[in-house]
Amino acid sequence: MDFQLLQTYNFAFLDEGSKREIRRAALKAVAIPGYQVPFASRELPIGRGWGTGGLQLTLSLIGDGDCLKVIDQGHDDSVNAVSIKKLVQTCTRITTTTDSEQATIIQTRHRIPEVSLRKDQILVLQVPEPEPLRRVEPREKETKRLHAEMDYSSIWLRLYEDIVRWGKITIGPDYPAMANHRYIFNPSPIPRFDLPKLNQAEGLYLFGAGREKKIYAIPPYTDVVPLAFEDYPFETEHFEGCACRLCGSTDTFLDEIYDEKTGEKVYQCSDTGNCRKRPEGRNSNE
Amino acid sequence: MGYVAVTGGQAAIETANNLTQWYRLKDSDRSLKVEDIEHQMRQLINRVMGEGGLYAPEYAAIAVKQAEGDPAEAAFLMRAYRSTLARNYYSETIEPEKMRVIRRISSSFKDIPGGQILGPTYDYTHRLLNFDLRDENHRDALNQILDHLSIDPKHMSVKLTFQKVTDLLREQGLVGNPDPQEQKPFDMTRQKLTFPASRSARLQALSRGETGAMTALAYSSLRGYGAVHPTIGELRVGYAGVAIAYPYDEKESLYIGEMMLTEVETINSFTLNDDGAITFRLGYGLVFGQNETKAIAMAILEQSLETKGKSPTQDEEFVLLHIDSVEANGFVSHLKLPHYITFQSKLDVLRQSRKISMEQKKNEMRDFKGQEV
Repeated sequence: MDFQLLQTYNFAFLDEGSKREIRRAALKAVAIPGYQVPFASRELPIGRGWGTGGLQLTLSLIGDGDCLKVIDQGHDDSVNAVSIKKLVQTCTRITTTTDSEQATIIQTRHRIPEVSLRKDQILVLQVPEPEPLRRVEPREKETKRLHAEMDYSSIWLRLYEDIVRWGKITIGPDYPAMANHRYIFNPSPIPRFDLPKLNQAEGLYLFGAGREKKIYAIPPYTDVVPLAFEDYPFETEHFEGCACRLCGSTDTFLDEIYDEKTGEKVYQCSDTGNCRKRPEGRNSNE
Repeated sequence: MGYVAVTGGQAAIETANNLTQWYRLKDSDRSLKVEDIEHQMRQLINRVMGEGGLYAPEYAAIAVKQAEGDPAEAAFLMRAYRSTLARNYYSETIEPEKMRVIRRISSSFKDIPGGQILGPTYDYTHRLLNFDLRDENHRDALNQILDHLSIDPKHMSVKLTFQKVTDLLREQGLVGNPDPQEQKPFDMTRQKLTFPASRSARLQALSRGETGAMTALAYSSLRGYGAVHPTIGELRVGYAGVAIAYPYDEKESLYIGEMMLTEVETINSFTLNDDGAITFRLGYGLVFGQNETKAIAMAILEQSLETKGKSPTQDEEFVLLHIDSVEANGFVSHLKLPHYITFQSKLDVLRQSRKISMEQKKNEMRDFKGQEV
């Protein structure tokens, strides 16, 4: 495959014009935090909905000096992450890493690494559903108007109805938040645990939705406020009394795992790169 | 001869039939082997068997050859053939839990008892045209693959069966669907589908629905015109044994073979039960062969029909009556039949109405002019 790619395809797969167009959409997104910038999403050799938005951002940003990390649900070795990383690598020959501190670009699905993003790093999130108002309004034409008029009453009502019905806001991952006091946006299905990392962050967060053809951004030092009520404040996932079975961590996002033999429920860090780097984790054979 | 020649009858039909055969064969120097289609067009065969509602790989291959690769036409051939077969037995309930698994994944849990098994899938293959296929040498290719796989024959004989992932949740009381009832299934091929449909009728209609139509509808539900966006508890592909009750002794069963199935159990947003417990709801999909997107679509649609709402996918009649490829294709293509009489009738009505409307207009204009003067 290496041979075929080098012979037939441009550096970073896409042609230069396409990459420039995507960078321009990203620049506009940075200028208007949380605003969904439309772009002509290209077909890629992976499935729509499998990270093509993130991949297009990565491909158009990446250059010779870059070092790429790709994670899926916190995991570097997850099949989709491996597949995406391999594709970028074969068409660019850039270096890759599993250490989020070594990476200049991190493409991710469903997690933000535990270690804070630095200002020289870009986190690219793959986004399945960019439109937060889709929960209350199926028509794109209509949601665009609602954003323009900052008419967010329907989504607030939805949260209120959740509380009336379930006693809680039932949105788990992909919890909607307000960017720079202007646009409500979906943070991609990261757990609520990761959402506070976007607020006043040092690094740049780019969101790419390939199937839905939109790019948006949370630039550094932007206010990001999860939607919540004064008496029903925003809550992250609960892991009280749980610790990672490998590194003992109690302050990271944990995966629930079932032991094959005993059927017992155990916990393990979802950010595998970070888990491996922790002193207690280093001795583990995982 | 003009267009009226459509009434030419027998000779016209025969010529048309001969022409299709001419077009099927004219640019080749050999005819496609049915067994090649059966073994190398696996996905198409699976689709045709599923939509045709008949598990017969060889016949599906013949249908595909005859239909020049059109899945809807091939499914149609299968359905028509099946009409000639007597319904002799109903199989005993198939237990996909006991299937010989070749692929099994869960998107809900990272580590599932028994592990995730990728099996044969294009999911992680980069979609780059493989130009080497132009001159593929069967034996060389096969040897190369076997080298890569380094298959240990001993390992091959291990029969892989696994506990269901959703049982993990069921054991914890987190799944809320009612227990399945053992009852004789509704038989779509022998009964008219009526509404509200029983669960077995629903599942049956979905199971032989058209892959593309179901994918489109399920996608609409995921994307916003609906309420179902599940997580896949487990998707498994494998061979399941089929048995019938022994005709001379109902207590005994007779094994009649195995068939490849794809089973999907999805975990949906939770619901409040009558007893106050909040539980997840499961969606269910089971289709012939390896047809994963359709099985997932089926699980989404099945669950979507269980939820109340106004979107198309929550309307039982809308979904179940429109996903059938034979019915949809037949009716849409019937527009090619002559409609001379109906059209003449419409033409007549249009001309009459036009006359009236133009006279009215003329009268209005005259009145208007009269006023002016």
